[in-house]
Amino acid sequence: MAKVLLKGNEAVVRAAIEAGCKYFFGYPITPQNEIPEYFSKELPKIGGAFVQGESEVASINMLYGAAAAGARAMTSSSSPGIALMQEGIGYISKAELPAVIVNMMRGGPGLGGIQPSQSDYHMCVKGGANGDYHNIVLAPGNVQELVDMVQEAFDIADQYGMLVIVLADGLIGQMMEPVELRKPKARPIEPKTWALTGPNGGKPHRIYNLKLQAPDLEQDNIDLFKKYEVIEKNETRYEDYMMDDAEFAFASYGTASRVVRTAVDKLRAEGYKIGLIRPQTLWPFPYEAFKRPNIKKYLDVELSMGQMIDDVAIACGDKNMIEFFGHTGGVLITVDEVCDFAKKIMGGAK
Amino acid sequence: MVINDKRIRIITGYYGSGKTEFAVNYAYKLAKVVKRPCIADLDIVNVYFRSREKTKEMEEAGIEVISSSVVEDNCDMPALSSKITVPFLDKSYDYIMDLGGSEVGAKVLGRFGDLIDKNEVDFFMVVNLFRPETGNEDEIIHQMRLLEDMSGFKITGLVNNSNLIHETRVEDILEGEAYLKRVSDKTMIPIRYTTCMVDEVRNHEALIDKVHGELFPMHYNMRSIWM
Repeated sequence: MAKVLLKGNEAVVRAAIEAGCKYFFGYPITPQNEIPEYFSKELPKIGGAFVQGESEVASINMLYGAAAAGARAMTSSSSPGIALMQEGIGYISKAELPAVIVNMMRGGPGLGGIQPSQSDYHMCVKGGANGDYHNIVLAPGNVQELVDMVQEAFDIADQYGMLVIVLADGLIGQMMEPVELRKPKARPIEPKTWALTGPNGGKPHRIYNLKLQAPDLEQDNIDLFKKYEVIEKNETRYEDYMMDDAEFAFASYGTASRVVRTAVDKLRAEGYKIGLIRPQTLWPFPYEAFKRPNIKKYLDVELSMGQMIDDVAIACGDKNMIEFFGHTGGVLITVDEVCDFAKKIMGGAK
Repeated sequence: MVINDKRIRIITGYYGSGKTEFAVNYAYKLAKVVKRPCIADLDIVNVYFRSREKTKEMEEAGIEVISSSVVEDNCDMPALSSKITVPFLDKSYDYIMDLGGSEVGAKVLGRFGDLIDKNEVDFFMVVNLFRPETGNEDEIIHQMRLLEDMSGFKITGLVNNSNLIHETRVEDILEGEAYLKRVSDKTMIPIRYTTCMVDEVRNHEALIDKVHGELFPMHYNMRSIWM
């Protein structure tokens, strides 16, 4: 298929529909409003439904219902809206239902601002709801990857019975890039025999959150974590950039990694042996990617106060090997700032 | 030549067609040939990539910038400055009005209709063939009618801004040109400009004899170097 020029938010809708998503529930919030707007125009054309919930709380619970009925469905929001959805996220996770959420992050905490940010790492990757659970978190670094990941998110969700969060930010949502809609690799996906579509003469299906017997609930959680182990093994993903002979490595994802990549090019042109490790999945986190004997320092660059540092520290096994640079609240980092930061760390080492 | 266009240049087009990049490039060109260039950012649709982000750079080039009435505007409040009307009356200005995308963005113009002498207006429609909703003649004409109906102004010129950002080839620009030529033949509205990012489109010199309007060399203002 020929390339088209799409804004990140429009691309989410195209990709979701291509993946067979027929239902969207959401509530407007900048900077992701093009997603519900575009869905509201497109879904009726394919026999699907767009519902604007009365709030994010309503929207996530509508998604819970649609997922329980076996539908391919999603919601989207931006940071404060995702915070509101946490209760429903926990319920969907406990019920092991396949569902997709896109979060176009903006500055926080609280109502925050409307400029791009990456300060929902803790909320989305570590979990903002109660209980022992994980969500799969995909972190696209450009609009093409956003398209690929949204499509794949539906398949991953179905394969494992998981809630998949595509964690991007306002800039990727608003940025325009040429993209191609392409099919993701085929995955083993079982028919949804558990879906609440009526008993059809058989036994009624139940999807239940409450478990009053503590040992039963414990067993559920143990089973959940057995599934998570499989996902960690199969789905962990990252990208190396200029890492072959690198002595220093940036750790960065999403929009920040775009700026860092350009900084790597600039630093390489000046002779510095530096590269970039870009996690593409934040849960499961690519811990193995940071076990590199030749690396002297990891330079963590984020649009936050440094929420990924703990994971990089666990990964490399030494928090003293990590230096951090970032901006928060919607302020963007620049290529020059990243280069200056790196040069201070590297000194004259070339 | 931008100096030959009407005194008030209004830039419209489908959402994401590249209006703002064209408007800002236009402003810099205009600043070189007129005494009092002024650009108004009337984009109340989008909250990122608005021309007001380049206020400092444009003011340094001698361009007056009018945007929101809200100081330090970093919100999605549809607030417009009352200064917008000044250049309608003060004819010492050469004026560019950068509208928000699609008919929603063009709606803003409706409230100024009575204050503007339509004989003084060039209403340019920016088209990128590779955007949704403007991928063929019928779609482009449909969008044109929506923009005209909502704004109350008639399009006076087409701007071929067909591009795939950094992947743009001369052939892509010419593909857009061919579609726009057919639109032009049907509507009798001329192609006035064909844009080209001359720093990165290879063999762009080949366009000179092949475009129907004027070749309009552009440079990125709205995209950071890492984008």
